[in-house]
Amino acid sequence: MDRKRRSRRELYTKEICACSIFGAMNREGDRFTGEGVMKAIASMRVRGNGLGGGFAAYGIYPDHRDLYAFHLMFTGPTDPARRAAKQELEAFLARKFDVYFDEEIPTDDSVFVRDPPLLWRYFVLPRKEGEDAEMTEEEYIVREIMAVNSKIENAYVFSSGKNMGCFKGVAYPEEIGEYFMLDRLYRGHTWTVHGRFPTNTQAWWGGAHPFGLLDTTVVHNGEVSSYGTNRWYLEMYGYACTLQTDTEVIAYAADLLMRRQKLPIEIVAKILAPPIWAAIDRMDEKEKRLMTALRMTYGPLLMNGPFAVIIGETGRMIGLTDRIRLRPLTAATRGEIFYISSEEASIRLISPHLDRVWTPRGGEPVIAEMKGYEKGSEESYEKGSEKSYERIC
Amino acid sequence: MRSFVFPEFEIIRDEERCGSCRGCERQCALGTHAYDPVADRLVSDDRKCAGCQRCVIFCPQKAIVVRPSPSFYRPNASWSREKIEDLKRQAETGGVLLTGCGSDKPFRIYWDHILLNASQVTNPSIDPLREPMELRTFLGRKPEMLEISREGKEVEIKTELYPNLTVETPILFSAMSFGAISYNAFKSLATAACRSGTYFNTGEGGLPREMRGEFGRCAIVQVASGRFGIDAEYLNVAQAVEIKVGQGAKPGIGGHLPGEKVSAAVAETRMIPQGTDAISPAPHHDIYSIEDLSTLITALKEATNYEKPISVKIAAVHNFAAIASGIVRAGADIIAIDGLRGGTGAAPKAIRDNVGIPTELAISSLDRRLREEGIRNRSSIIAAGGFRSSSDVIKAIALGADAVYIGSAALIAMGCTLCQKCYTGNCNWGICTQNPRLSGRLNVEIASQRLSNLISAWSHEIREMLGGMGINALESLRGNRDHLRGVGLYEWELDVLGIKGAGE
Amino acid sequence: MMTKAAVSKVRPGSAPKAGSSAGAVAVSIDASGLETRELNDRLRELLLSGAKRVEISHVCGQRYIGTRLYTPERHLMEIDIRGTAGNDLAAFLSGHKITVEGNAQDGVGNTMDSGEVVVRGRAGDVLGFSMRGGEIYVRDGCGYRAALHMKDCEGKRPVLVVGGGAQDFLGEYMAGGVVIILDRDGESHESSFMGTGMHGGVIYLRGTARVDQVGAQVEISPADEADRELIEEYVSRYLDRFPEVDMTKDEIMASPFVRLTPRSKRPYSGLYAY
Ligand code: SF4
Ligand code: SF4
Repeated sequence: MDRKRRSRRELYTKEICACSIFGAMNREGDRFTGEGVMKAIASMRVRGNGLGGGFAAYGIYPDHRDLYAFHLMFTGPTDPARRAAKQELEAFLARKFDVYFDEEIPTDDSVFVRDPPLLWRYFVLPRKEGEDAEMTEEEYIVREIMAVNSKIENAYVFSSGKNMGCFKGVAYPEEIGEYFMLDRLYRGHTWTVHGRFPTNTQAWWGGAHPFGLLDTTVVHNGEVSSYGTNRWYLEMYGYACTLQTDTEVIAYAADLLMRRQKLPIEIVAKILAPPIWAAIDRMDEKEKRLMTALRMTYGPLLMNGPFAVIIGETGRMIGLTDRIRLRPLTAATRGEIFYISSEEASIRLISPHLDRVWTPRGGEPVIAEMKGYEKGSEESYEKGSEKSYERIC
Repeated sequence: MRSFVFPEFEIIRDEERCGSCRGCERQCALGTHAYDPVADRLVSDDRKCAGCQRCVIFCPQKAIVVRPSPSFYRPNASWSREKIEDLKRQAETGGVLLTGCGSDKPFRIYWDHILLNASQVTNPSIDPLREPMELRTFLGRKPEMLEISREGKEVEIKTELYPNLTVETPILFSAMSFGAISYNAFKSLATAACRSGTYFNTGEGGLPREMRGEFGRCAIVQVASGRFGIDAEYLNVAQAVEIKVGQGAKPGIGGHLPGEKVSAAVAETRMIPQGTDAISPAPHHDIYSIEDLSTLITALKEATNYEKPISVKIAAVHNFAAIASGIVRAGADIIAIDGLRGGTGAAPKAIRDNVGIPTELAISSLDRRLREEGIRNRSSIIAAGGFRSSSDVIKAIALGADAVYIGSAALIAMGCTLCQKCYTGNCNWGICTQNPRLSGRLNVEIASQRLSNLISAWSHEIREMLGGMGINALESLRGNRDHLRGVGLYEWELDVLGIKGAGE
Repeated sequence: MMTKAAVSKVRPGSAPKAGSSAGAVAVSIDASGLETRELNDRLRELLLSGAKRVEISHVCGQRYIGTRLYTPERHLMEIDIRGTAGNDLAAFLSGHKITVEGNAQDGVGNTMDSGEVVVRGRAGDVLGFSMRGGEIYVRDGCGYRAALHMKDCEGKRPVLVVGGGAQDFLGEYMAGGVVIILDRDGESHESSFMGTGMHGGVIYLRGTARVDQVGAQVEISPADEADRELIEEYVSRYLDRFPEVDMTKDEIMASPFVRLTPRSKRPYSGLYAY
């Protein structure tokens, strides 16, 4: 069958999964190893089934802080196939980027994981030439990543931000942590983690969470029933949804709205999980106008169906659930540490004496911001959290 | 000249039951039934019957049966009875064959080959009786993005918003003009639209002045090639203006409302003299190119102070997606596509049954085309032509339509039996007629209630099906082909529809 | 003098502003460099502020002048245009009076409802298309398809007077109204297909017309006394508006006139088999 013709049928097979998510941030910017988050996610082992786990860690490459760190996965069936993919990728990089440094991502091979791909990291800066000189660095990188992921067979960029990195694969998340030696080699100020329960068994390393584009990463628990609609909308803006998972569309939506369109997170939350019309109709004129305009313009980005996500960015971590809260999410603070998790117990496990614990309301974001990175209004963050706080404690 | 055509229908009267009340005689405006005072019985002339079933339903004794006449020519796969009789009729009159309603030919009805999804386990289905389930839809251009400024708590939208129609359910009444249908039928549609949070479409026959105040708020007014009934007030009382370029039942040709249907009231509304043929030329003579269409779109925006979305209605024909994309670029805020089975009050049969493409395929190609070109948000899609049930509607939305127009379905709700004789002006159900004796049969209160009931029943079914898919806002189903699967379709059909086969 | 900088970005709403007094004086707008939409924004604003007369100078191709001037309260004004008016001048016009000191392009008076348009020069194609009321006077000639599907009803009767000649398809599908073509310098009427599909209204041509120049549905007859009276009245009005024309009423009326009328109100009634 001619592939081009078939592709018109949008023959994607979407993966469906239920999962556990966890995030921790030191709001002072002090860095810590992955040990704690590995312990926390391990405690939610029952929520996963060993078919996927992953981490996003911010602040881990201080020595290369000004370079984009590309994490690559070469997944061919045989070693020569992987090497060939790597060669093709490197030829591509040579044309489009200045590569300052590259190496194999260190792994502990005594940890058993199934079919590990060849893992490599490149520290690069874009080389924009000719017409591309006009583009912003970020636009350029996004475009080239889309090109790699949709055109170079068996090569997949799974992390692309500065001074941060994603680590993921097919295993329980704590095993992935050990495999990448996250408790020994890396120290970050923000960590998000994901344990996965996909309903299909043919797990693929690239399909594990988190998904990231530049320094925005998403770990996600849920199933988005609006996937087809979200996908076509994002495709109109040049995002190639190649991975057939809900999380990918959330990551791209976050990139589109937060990075490209510069919308504040409170607004983004209202786009992904808007209030219902009955509530909008009760609002005062001004708010009603805003909410109506948002739903009118961004209706195709509404994430319908159950979800809870943690979106990570340099200096920020955002937790959000769907508008009728069909998936769990708990937030907590202890001193300068901010936690978000699927279950309170996993937080208690690593930090028994919390200052505050609360369950955020459906569709309302909880935002943790690091010192020096406050973008949103402090007020709305306080408002959101206080309100939820009172409801719970 | 003696006609060599069989009567189409056979009328059987049960003499035992018939009480000679002469009700059937009064019901049939075609003069089929007559009372014979000598024999004190009713006689019927089968030849006159249109098969509209009015007399059958209104006979107090249930004494009448009207059925297709069983006479037949020697069976012949090539020369069907219809082909033979059409030919004979033309031999007898030398005329173009006229007909009403949408095509009745057995083209594949894709709705019947598409199945919907439902949630099991991984994603809870939602019960619309207790949880919010939203069908509200906006029709019109959407901005590419919103620019938002924020000062502390104050959030301000800086982007200019375009005018949009708000519908509470994605079902609108298709264009049916006063003239083609009776005043009562027209007013019933308007009344039901206002009551159900949706819109009716005036067609090209104008909007009677006395209706403008009350019904303008739920009217879409048409500007067609005949430019009937148009003045600045007409354009400004409505909520949207639709330029009619083509119609599914008769793409590429215009239309005439025959002079006998141009009553005093119709003439006044269309702003033409009584009794003249109201001729709609095939093209708009101020539109010979896409550039000219853009001029008319802008002229209408100017005439309405940029406060109304402008829709362009075209027939779905072979290469229409490319044309539609041009229309969107020309500034249309809504694009209405009318497919092969779209209805009509009168169309040449040769055109109705042979020109155009099915609505289902058209929706899918148009949605895909606009997405690929990155302009899908510039224009909403209203699909028309052959919607029979709520499941057809929801499938259309999943194929990429924003909303649908229903025409025949609305007429059937009011009593129409699809007898296809609308063009005669003698509709016994009081719908397609200007004869006051017949149109008086249609009670606006009752007919509009039947229409509102239909809209609310379909809307409820749509909520049920959405909930089953685990979706609680219609916008999340739009273009979401993932929730559709085909059965019994060829590979190319699945390709065009952009859906997988069942079980794939 | 209004400058471009004074043009507001916000489109005027439909409510007149209270307490404005622009009505007393004539206002002028310099249209040089103004986009169509900006010019029409400006006109609407002036209308709502009560202006009764506006003079627009340096018009060059701006479209839809007069189109956005309908208000439910029917405010009216007079507009003088200097320059070349763009397409669709006076489209959907509702009662206003527009004079163009120069030429107009295509689509003048498209679906015009009422009011008056005077063009001191020539007009392009589809002049008076679907016009259903009001009057249009063009000093010189006009292009193809003038008076196409013009119609009348409810006591409204559109009138189109053209001083020069008209090109092909004049009065196609015409359903009402009066068209007078004076063809000042020719009287020859070179155009063809006049009145094809005509089923109402009347066209008067100064001079004569041959059968092969008109559609099958059209009857040609000499203008009678009543016709000539009507023509004479409009010739006077034409000359009032264009005093610079070097012919007198008597000179114009000295020629014969023919009348084109439809044979039937139902041109296509025999077309169908039922
Ligand atoms: S046309 Fe209708 S009312 Fe008349 S006889 Fe036939 S079924 Fe009865
Ligand atoms: S509208 Fe009347 S004439 Fe037309 S098909 Fe229906 S019942 Fe028959």
